[in-house]
Amino acid sequence: MTRPGAVALAIACAAAVAAPFLLKSFGIYLLSLWAVLAVAAIGLNLTLGYAGQISLAQGAFVGIGAYCVALLVPAGVPYPVAFVSAGLLCFAIGWLLGYPALRVQHHYLAFITLAFTTLVFLVLRNEEWLTNGIYGINAIARPTLLGWSTGRPLQFYFFCLGALAVIALAIRWMLRSPWGRAFVALRENPIRALSLGVDTRRYTLIAFALGASLGGLSGALYAPLVQFIEPSSFGLGLSFNLLLMVIVGGSGFFFGPFVGALIAVLLPEWLRIAEGYYLMAYAAGVMALMAFCPSGVLGLIDRASKAIAARRGFGAPTLGIERPQP
Amino acid sequence: MASFIQLLVSGLATGAIYALIAVGFTLLWQASQTINFAQGEFVMLPAFFVLAAMNMGAPFWLAALIGIALSVAILGLLFKLIIVDPILRQGVLPLVISTIALSLFLKESAKDFYSSQAQPFPTLVPAIDVHIFGAVVSTQSLAVLAVAIVTVVALHLLLAKTRLGRSMQATAQNPALAVILGIPVRRMVLLTFLLNAVLVAIASILVSPIYLAKFSNGETLGLAAFLAAIIGGFNQVRGAILGGVILGVLDNLSAAYLSSQYRGAFPLLILIVVILIRPQGLLGRLEERTV
Repeated sequence: MTRPGAVALAIACAAAVAAPFLLKSFGIYLLSLWAVLAVAAIGLNLTLGYAGQISLAQGAFVGIGAYCVALLVPAGVPYPVAFVSAGLLCFAIGWLLGYPALRVQHHYLAFITLAFTTLVFLVLRNEEWLTNGIYGINAIARPTLLGWSTGRPLQFYFFCLGALAVIALAIRWMLRSPWGRAFVALRENPIRALSLGVDTRRYTLIAFALGASLGGLSGALYAPLVQFIEPSSFGLGLSFNLLLMVIVGGSGFFFGPFVGALIAVLLPEWLRIAEGYYLMAYAAGVMALMAFCPSGVLGLIDRASKAIAARRGFGAPTLGIERPQP
Repeated sequence: MASFIQLLVSGLATGAIYALIAVGFTLLWQASQTINFAQGEFVMLPAFFVLAAMNMGAPFWLAALIGIALSVAILGLLFKLIIVDPILRQGVLPLVISTIALSLFLKESAKDFYSSQAQPFPTLVPAIDVHIFGAVVSTQSLAVLAVAIVTVVALHLLLAKTRLGRSMQATAQNPALAVILGIPVRRMVLLTFLLNAVLVAIASILVSPIYLAKFSNGETLGLAAFLAAIIGGFNQVRGAILGGVILGVLDNLSAAYLSSQYRGAFPLLILIVVILIRPQGLLGRLEERTV
């Protein structure tokens, strides 16, 4: 990691820790939501940004994780166990969903995952004996961990932030291992990767399943955060939103999902004066970004810092972001 | 039996509308590799153009023409020039993302500038029930079916029988060769976008009396169009027609005979099966790709 990158990261971490003390409870709620959605976006970034498989199913996995926790905890299962099972359940379902991914690519895969999301929504809505249908599940308790209650907004925010940090470090470590290299090979040229001895079949499944399991963990945090879940929260809209987050932040950049989630969660609040028009402004912004810099906000910063460095006559330092140039 | 005929006719009518939307969708894909995730919103919007024109005092037939014209200008020309052209250079994925954002944009504009409530929409013909072989069929379904069939036949004649249509097909199949043959490829691609805009406008006028004009209509309609296009075959116009009709009929029959709660699920299951067994669609050709 280069120096400007390290400084930016240190400032961001300090801000994430200090900010809630300056905010009222709604602000803290938004920050918690950011941390929760960032986990799901990191997962989608693994699938899309590193392994190159477009998925519109991440919202459904968040839903499965959320329902998993909301159903298991009242049944007497301790929260940490429910949390891990949400991840494992989504890993298994993601693995199964990965099989179609082996047969088809690109837009077909987008449609298969889109169909999956709609099916999950229908099951959540119709199977009332399990999910309570359109009435949803309310009064989901926040967990007490090792005698530390996370009931208050501030405490729950630090719980989410801690979970985000642990997950991010684990993924960072994984991406630097041979697995992560194999994912990138898969994205850049699957046939060449195969000819170089990468087991593309297995790695595609792993990429899909890992991405899905992070969606499940995100849902496991989401349920106690909002304390009320219903099927329509996990429809296609959420999947589209998560996809936009990853792309806007910069897909394939490690910190892309953090930035994308920040923009998607906080921008609507900043643009609150514009009332209903903020979504139009956001959508127009995304379209402009796609026209000028499809690698997202971090791609934009990366490009700018390279341009500045080139003018100064140095090499090309980056923000500590590893993305092989095509 | 009578109820079966009823369901079949209304299913055919819905399917014909799906087919129109899906044909436009596949035309765009063939001509410029554009996967238009906003296609459903493209169908939602022209109804509001028509309503706006009628609010200004235009009679229905004039308002419908104005709606189609506005649709051609905005959803055809502007869409091509402002969104597709600059972004297609960046690749297919950015364009997919962009059309997802566009669908959000169109939905919000209809909501903020017109209304968030469902709006009643005039029917083509007065709704009278007709008795055929003991079944009760509404004239509305028959009118929808008639307009859709005429449109599809006209489209087929245009694409297969005229010089213009054959140039468009050549452009879709092999742009490089089409240029060598002296076909103005860029103009043909633009024409495809305009054609799509006409198709979605007609579909909008047909579907809005049934579903009412509402900003959120695009979600179901867009999904139906994707499903129809993929089930039938992404790269064939007649595939999209077949897919649309299958979907409409199946939707009505499964809701009546199997489960109305899961009516949305059957097309999705068929989609998954088709993609797994025959990814090119029922009538589609395999697309080869180079390494």
